[in-house]
Amino acid sequence: MAENLLSIYEALPYLLRGSLVTIGLVGGALALGLTLGIPMAIGQVYGNKYSAGLISFYVWFFRGLPVLVLLFLFYFGLFTVLSLDLSAFTAGILVLGLRSAAYQSQIFRGAMQSIGEGQMLAARSLGMSKAKAAWHIILPQALRISLPGWSNEYSIILKDSAVTYAIGLTEIMTRGKFIATRTFKPMPIFLTCALIFLILTYGGVKLLNLLEKKVRIPGYGTEREGIY
Amino acid sequence: MQKDNTIVLRVEDIYKNYGNVEVLKGVSFEIKKGETKVIIGPSGSGKSTLLRCINQLTIPDKGRIWLENQEVTHTKKNINQFRQKIGMVFQDFNLFDHLNALRNVEIGLIKVRGMGKDEARQKAIEELKQVGLEEQANLYPAQLSGGQKQRVSIARTLAMDPSVILFDEPTSALDPELIGEVLEVIKKLALNGMTMAVVTHEMGFARSVANEVIFMEDGKIIDQGSPRKLFTNPEHARTRKFLSKITELYGRSAEKK
Repeated sequence: MAENLLSIYEALPYLLRGSLVTIGLVGGALALGLTLGIPMAIGQVYGNKYSAGLISFYVWFFRGLPVLVLLFLFYFGLFTVLSLDLSAFTAGILVLGLRSAAYQSQIFRGAMQSIGEGQMLAARSLGMSKAKAAWHIILPQALRISLPGWSNEYSIILKDSAVTYAIGLTEIMTRGKFIATRTFKPMPIFLTCALIFLILTYGGVKLLNLLEKKVRIPGYGTEREGIY
Repeated sequence: MQKDNTIVLRVEDIYKNYGNVEVLKGVSFEIKKGETKVIIGPSGSGKSTLLRCINQLTIPDKGRIWLENQEVTHTKKNINQFRQKIGMVFQDFNLFDHLNALRNVEIGLIKVRGMGKDEARQKAIEELKQVGLEEQANLYPAQLSGGQKQRVSIARTLAMDPSVILFDEPTSALDPELIGEVLEVIKKLALNGMTMAVVTHEMGFARSVANEVIFMEDGKIIDQGSPRKLFTNPEHARTRKFLSKITELYGRSAEKK
C-alpha cells in the first residue's frame, strides 16, 4: 500500500503536467468549435439552401466518423499530404475542434429553432436585417438555452481528448501509460489518471453551472422554479 | 385631432394567396396624416395578413404599398429603411425576452438607427414615460403583466419615430381587466396625432377613436366609413350581422362607451 502511494506521489507532478496539456487541448478544441459552431448554426437556420446544405454535409462527415479515425485521417493523412508540420498538440486541437464544431452547431441550431418566431418578426419589423436580428436577438437567447447541452459537450470532449494518446500527444493518458509500463504499477497510476479526469469533469461542469445561473434572465430559460 | 390631407400610407389593390387559399383579394385604402383607421372583421378575413403585407413581413402577390410617396413594395434593399418608419405592434407583444423593458426600447435605436448609447437611453426612458412605465424600466418581460408588456412594445415602436403604426389586435391576448390600460395608451397616441391602423375587436374603442372604420371579410373590404355611419347604419347586411354578433359577445356597455 505504502509502495503504491509512493509511486502515485512520484508520478503525480508528471501526470499533472499532462493534465495541463489536456486542459489546453480541450480549451482550444472547445473554443475552435464555438467559433465555427455559431456561424454554422446561423447559416443552417437563416442561410440559403446552399449554405444549409454545405453545413449539413460538414456535420454529417464529422459526426459520422469515430474520433480515432478522424485523428489518423488528418494527422497521418491530410496534414502529411499538405506537408503541414503540425505538432500533435495543434493537430489534436484542430481535429477535436473541427469535430466539436459539428456537434456544437447542432446544439445552437436546436436552441435557435426553439425560440419563437415572434422574436424574429419583432426584430425585422424594427428594421433589423436578418443577420442583425440573428446576432442581437436570437443568438443571446439561444446561447443561454444552449448552456446545459454545451456543458455536456465539454465533458464529452474532455474524455475524447484521451484518444490523442494515439498520435503521441503527451496528455494524461500517454503519461500514465508511460509510467505504468516503467513502474509495473498500472492500477494506482491509471486510478490516478481516472481521478484527474473525474475532477476536471466535475470542475468544468460546475463552472458552467455557475455561468448558467449568472446569465439567467428572471423568469426565462430552462430552469423554472415552483413547478411541481 | 390634428389632421391634414397628406396621405401617409397608401395601399393599392393588394392580393395574397397561400397555396389555393386567397387571403387578400384586392384591398385598397389610404391613411392620412394623424388619422386612425380601425379595421374590423371576422377572423380569417385577412386583416393580419394585410398589416403584414404593409411592412413586407409578408410579400403580397400583387399590388403596391406607398409610404409618403415612396414605394415600399419592390424595394428589397431598402425595406429595412421603410420598416423603421412603419411601426408594428403585435397581438402577443413579442418583446425580446432576454432584455429588460428599457433595453427592449433602446435596442432598435442603437442597432438600427446607430444612435449613441446615452442618447438612446434618454429617448427610451422618455418613451417608457409616455406609456407610464418608467418605473418598470429594469424589469424583464417575464416580470411584467400582459398589459405592461404591450405598453413596452408600444414604447419600443414609438422610439423609432414611425410615420405610421400598425396594431395587430393589440388587446386580444390580454386579460379583460388589462385591456383598458393599453387602449388608453393607444387613444392618447391618436389624440396626439399619431397616424395608425388598428385591427381590433374592441368596438367601443373603434367607436371612440377611429376616424374611419373598415369592415373586411373574405379578403375584401366590404364596408367602410365613419364609425357613426358604420355602427348605426351600415350599408351592408353582412356588416350589420357581424356587428350585432360582436356586440352580443362583448356586451352592450363596451359599445356604448
